[in-house]
Amino acid sequence: MVKKVTVGAVVPWPGSTAENKTGSWRTLKPVIHYEKCIRCAICWMYCPEPAILKVDPDKYPAPEGKPAIAKLPAVEIDYDYCKGCGICAEECPVNAIEMVEEVK
Amino acid sequence: MVVMTLEGNEAAAWGARLARPDVIAAYPITPSTHIPERLSEWIADGIMDSEMILTESEHSALSACVGASATGARVFTATASQGLALMHEILHIASGMRLPIVMAIGNRALSAPINIWCDHQDMMSQRDTGWMQFFAESNQEALDLILIAYKVAEDRRVLLPAMVGLDAFTLTHTFEQVDVPEQEEVDRYLPKYRPVHAFLDPERPITQGPLGTPQHYMEFKYAQYEAMNRAKGVIVEAMEEFGRAFGREYAPLVPFSPGGEIVLVTMGSMSGTARVFVRGARQEGESVSHVKVVAFRPFYHSKLAELLAGAKVVAVVERAFSYGSVGPLAQDVAYAMHRYGIKAKLANFIVGLGGRDVTLRDFSEVLETSKRILKGEEDPGVFWLNVAKEEVLKAEEVIWNA
Amino acid sequence: MPEEFEPIAPGHSACAGCGSTQIVRWVLKEAGPNTIVVNATGCLEVFSTTYPYTMWRVPWLHVAFENAAAAASGVEAALKRMGKKAHIIAFGGDGGTADIGFQALSGMVERGHDVLYVMYDNEAYMNTGIQRSSSTPLLAWTTTSPAGKVIPGKQQPKKPVAWIIAAHGAPYVATASIAYLTDLRKKVRTALSIKGPKFIQAIQPCTTGWRFDPSLTVKLARLAVETCYFPLWEMRNGDLRTFRLTYIPKEKKPVEEFLRPQRRFRHVLQNPDLLERIQKWVDENWERMLKLHEAAVNQKL
Ligand SMILES: Cc1ncc(C[n+]2csc(CCOP(=O)(O)OP(=O)(O)O)c2C)c(N)n1
Ligand code: SF4
Ligand code: SF4
Ligand SMILES: [Mg+2]
Repeated sequence: MVKKVTVGAVVPWPGSTAENKTGSWRTLKPVIHYEKCIRCAICWMYCPEPAILKVDPDKYPAPEGKPAIAKLPAVEIDYDYCKGCGICAEECPVNAIEMVEEVK
Repeated sequence: MVVMTLEGNEAAAWGARLARPDVIAAYPITPSTHIPERLSEWIADGIMDSEMILTESEHSALSACVGASATGARVFTATASQGLALMHEILHIASGMRLPIVMAIGNRALSAPINIWCDHQDMMSQRDTGWMQFFAESNQEALDLILIAYKVAEDRRVLLPAMVGLDAFTLTHTFEQVDVPEQEEVDRYLPKYRPVHAFLDPERPITQGPLGTPQHYMEFKYAQYEAMNRAKGVIVEAMEEFGRAFGREYAPLVPFSPGGEIVLVTMGSMSGTARVFVRGARQEGESVSHVKVVAFRPFYHSKLAELLAGAKVVAVVERAFSYGSVGPLAQDVAYAMHRYGIKAKLANFIVGLGGRDVTLRDFSEVLETSKRILKGEEDPGVFWLNVAKEEVLKAEEVIWNA
Repeated sequence: MPEEFEPIAPGHSACAGCGSTQIVRWVLKEAGPNTIVVNATGCLEVFSTTYPYTMWRVPWLHVAFENAAAAASGVEAALKRMGKKAHIIAFGGDGGTADIGFQALSGMVERGHDVLYVMYDNEAYMNTGIQRSSSTPLLAWTTTSPAGKVIPGKQQPKKPVAWIIAAHGAPYVATASIAYLTDLRKKVRTALSIKGPKFIQAIQPCTTGWRFDPSLTVKLARLAVETCYFPLWEMRNGDLRTFRLTYIPKEKKPVEEFLRPQRRFRHVLQNPDLLERIQKWVDENWERMLKLHEAAVNQKL
């Protein structure tokens, strides 16, 4: 392996932990039920990784008959990094996130 | 250049002033207190344009220096003895992060018992922290070595912190004539510090001071080893350039009256006494020489060996000790002799701890003992001079028998 | 999607459910990218910067355990000299702040450096394996304050660090909880609008050290406030007349609700006398703060 060495152990690669896919730690997996999700982004606020992204409103279905919600950014879990802590599921005000057994 | 009558602390303060540090962080301790006092006065009078942080401890003083240096500033601090000991943890961090901090030390004994007078135990106890270490013999040297220290520390081939020691009271509080260089001359010798690896800039967000696992830690330590080795050449360059710019010659090791069978090795202010002694002894026909060690870290082992060629007894006279072993300077001298095949005998003389005067009488005893060693009448080893050994033993015996 | 400033990257090695990154992320989102972070040794520093990786997208400096405030002082002085402006935010754990780093913090505040110091308070030395700190609460189990047969956990109450910093006359001191995000963000905004030393103590539930299910981090940060165990307040210039509770629960919940999910209090929950002692400490503390708040609001101080 080629070692990366810098003078004074400086790390000039901001945000480089993103190379570590901590999703492998997961034993429980959060699954968003988009038909329930009101796009309040509370899960996004509290994910400690953070492993929840705000994405294009059209990328996921919104609850039926709620056009205002459909215009908000959708949330998406980045399973590369989600450690499966369950905070998002716990904090979701409408129980739209379910923790399921991780199958690897 | 202006000639001024300055105590050692003022000379060191002048060195710092001429280097134009951006940030100074300091905490008072005898005998180096006058340095931050003088700098504070200059700043208060608008003569000097630096940020002064008067911290609540030496630990914080050096921590603030690390913070400022990591931001990309030139920094300065001064301390002594207990204060340097309190900085110990951060000394390793400054060198590990390769920050070119320069610090003046008023070399003073360590507690207990508490003692404000001169010896070299404070700097010797920080020998392995990865700092360059220089010892001044005079107030002039204190000033000049601070400028040289910055020049070397900030050199991109080096990037290591440096400390310059000046002996408590003998130098710190004693007035001497000092040539104070002009600011423009110093500016030419020591241009503004431009950080390349260590800065804190939101435009270029880097991380400094990460966790180094076994996978990488040793590479960083090896880098320090290499940088310190390179410093040997850079120090010589910086001293030569200093000589050309200011007309005063410096070298990491300074021989005097070479070619003797007995060679005295010293550091700091007692080197002057040693030379006076050697001059006198030579006139009386003694075969004795002297080497002054200016740069203790890095240590110039091969150069020293050259200066010791032909010696029969090497007498290391020093103001510090490594309990359970021999004096720290003697350890390096021994390595130099072994490594480069100097077959002389090595004797270690411990003198002047806690401010006890180091006099011509001490050097006479060094010489007499060395001569006996030369003749095979005495085993070389460690000799504590000018100590009431009997009284010490008596006191210990009272305890043994209690 | 408009790009939003994300100060930290995923892939760090914090325990699943660790509350410290929530604090850091929201403090820094509020501060924006023109910010320099100084971090004390501790969990946050270790899990975020294993060479050659770093979680941070802002300039970041770690020097040692006890000197984040002193190092930040140096950063501030250097920036001043270099004519640059940026927010300087120091993060320290409860140990690095209330114990070993307390002197450096006191010095930084006394000298008046323009730094926001954020203490992420997980109430023990977590990085070294859950040893008690002065910020560990009364009777809590830690590995050095075990719940023994004779001595049931830590025998001293939580040290009121934020009060002590306020007593320095610091321009702005506040407590915060990630469960009250709007409150936290507002406090950061306020702090950053003030020149001089600012201090925010944010409660940080630690799944590993407090021994609770990682999904409950935010819930516990909320219960700490709802039970009045960790009141949210702010104060300026050490002036009691400016003291304000920024959140008063409509109904004060019994502290047991906060303690119940945490196995560090298991022995307390099995012993009504111990539980009573904690409740008493909470009640007295809360009463005092409420009285002060009311007196301050009614200008009776
Ligand atoms: C001078 C010194 N003493 C002890 C340690 C060991 N140490 C490292 S982190 C730590 C505890 C940190 O506790 P805290 O500040 O509460 O942060 P946390 O890890 O809980 O986030 C200790 C004791 C150290 N690094 N330096
Ligand atoms: S389970 Fe935890 S880590 Fe995974 S997305 Fe939810 S909050 Fe983030
Ligand atoms: S031990 Fe606690 S504070 Fe440390 S990373 Fe884990 S959850 Fe966070
Ligand atoms: Mg802690």
